[in-house]
Amino acid sequence: MAKYLLLKHYRGAPAAVNDVPMDQWTPEEISAHIQYMNDFAARLEKTGEFVDGQALAPEGTWVRYDGEGRPPVTDGPFAETKDLIAGWMVIDVDDYERAVELAGELSAAPGAGGKPIHEWLELRPFYGVSPTITE
Amino acid sequence: MDEALLRSLTPSVLAILVRRGADFAAAEDAVQDALVEAIRVWPADMPRDPKGWLITTAWRKFLDATRADAARRRREDRVDEEPAPGPAPDADDTLQLYFLCAHPSLTPSSAVALTLRAVGGLTTRQIARAYLVPEATMAQRISRAKRTVSGVRFDRPGDVATVLRVLYLVFNEGYSGDVDLAAEAIRLTRQLAAAVDHPEAAGLLALMLLHHARRAARTAPDGGLVPLAEQDRGRWDTGAIAEGIGILQAALARDRLGEFQAQAAIAALHADAPTAGETDWVQIVEWYDELTRLTDSPVVRLNRAVAVGEADGPRAGLAALAELDSSLPRHTAVAAYLHERDGDPATAARLYAEAAHKASDLAERAHLTRQAARLNSRRPR
Repeated sequence: MAKYLLLKHYRGAPAAVNDVPMDQWTPEEISAHIQYMNDFAARLEKTGEFVDGQALAPEGTWVRYDGEGRPPVTDGPFAETKDLIAGWMVIDVDDYERAVELAGELSAAPGAGGKPIHEWLELRPFYGVSPTITE
Repeated sequence: MDEALLRSLTPSVLAILVRRGADFAAAEDAVQDALVEAIRVWPADMPRDPKGWLITTAWRKFLDATRADAARRRREDRVDEEPAPGPAPDADDTLQLYFLCAHPSLTPSSAVALTLRAVGGLTTRQIARAYLVPEATMAQRISRAKRTVSGVRFDRPGDVATVLRVLYLVFNEGYSGDVDLAAEAIRLTRQLAAAVDHPEAAGLLALMLLHHARRAARTAPDGGLVPLAEQDRGRWDTGAIAEGIGILQAALARDRLGEFQAQAAIAALHADAPTAGETDWVQIVEWYDELTRLTDSPVVRLNRAVAVGEADGPRAGLAALAELDSSLPRHTAVAAYLHERDGDPATAARLYAEAAHKASDLAERAHLTRQAARLNSRRPR
């Protein structure tokens, strides 16, 4: 088994094929999209491949240490940040091919006009654990 | 196996052990062990006096653990013989447990976890699932909380207000995992309201019942939020509403108004309206004025602006809104709603989209995005 992180971006991914902001869809199209996402996660839970999924708010803060006895420095959010993550799903699958297949399904979620968004998702493998038996 | 019965007995059994001299952490472990034993034994051999059985079993578990401990550390004399059965347990014991679990030295998240475990009798695993954290994390949070309060003396009265705040937090968490936290909060508040003579405990119970009564109508089949005005009122739980209103009226008659009673009064006025159009917004504004006087909370002022918009028209609502800090959560969403009612769908759609961007939870974000989409799709693209 291998774990993969599926990353969805607010910004930073190449443009989707059906790239219309959600507030320009019809309410029914929004419902259909949410239903598709819920069904996808439920299906992965049934196949035993779902690990975790979370969505992130679009605005965050940058923080760094500022020296002994001083409060951390905060900055942002930066409107110009190129890469903005919207959420993730962690899957535990047999191999890379299965991970690609699932990411493809997720990217087919319907958008404006009820047509697939063809959104680019980033697929990142977790570092694995070295096998106990090496020879 | 009657799990509800088992859990309703938990706090008083725990309180009795503590009163007999067991330290809180050890007593809590012993009660959990006794509950596990009850689940194993009761289905085949239900005791005639379940509570007495639990007390005896938990006390034995405590003695066993203490003796094992003592043998190791050569402190045999610390706990010697089982004391004679004490006076019949009364409501005070349970009440002391509530105070302990909501002790001001605990952070809100610790107080919530400890209350659910020690008063509610939920397992660590159930609490962890309900709050979507790993079981090991929740176990640590609970054991740290137990250590924090282990030095607190059990014989001084606590502050009911702190307990009510903890129960309110539990209620607002709603439900996820296999435990319905809202229902659990109602159960614990009901138990508290029976044990303490305090109109705000009754007020909180009424508020919870009135909100809970609308739960089925609050969610669409696709999981989306359904706003109050659009809810199918036929799906409201009339039994819970009647009970909530009864409890509230008895509390208000005591003439010691507090914020939970005032919030419950607002919920009761909504529950009383056969249709959204028949809502008594003038009276709701008056209750928001009371609530502002009691709490001076900006969130209350924001909700008041919505009520003013309904009672005196959207312009009046926008004027009330203009006096508030625009960085308040939901400020933009309220502005969007009032602009739509004022006949300005373009501004409303823009504000709904902006509010969706700022939303603090997914269901709310989806709801606000859908509002923007609804207005945008009615206009030519």
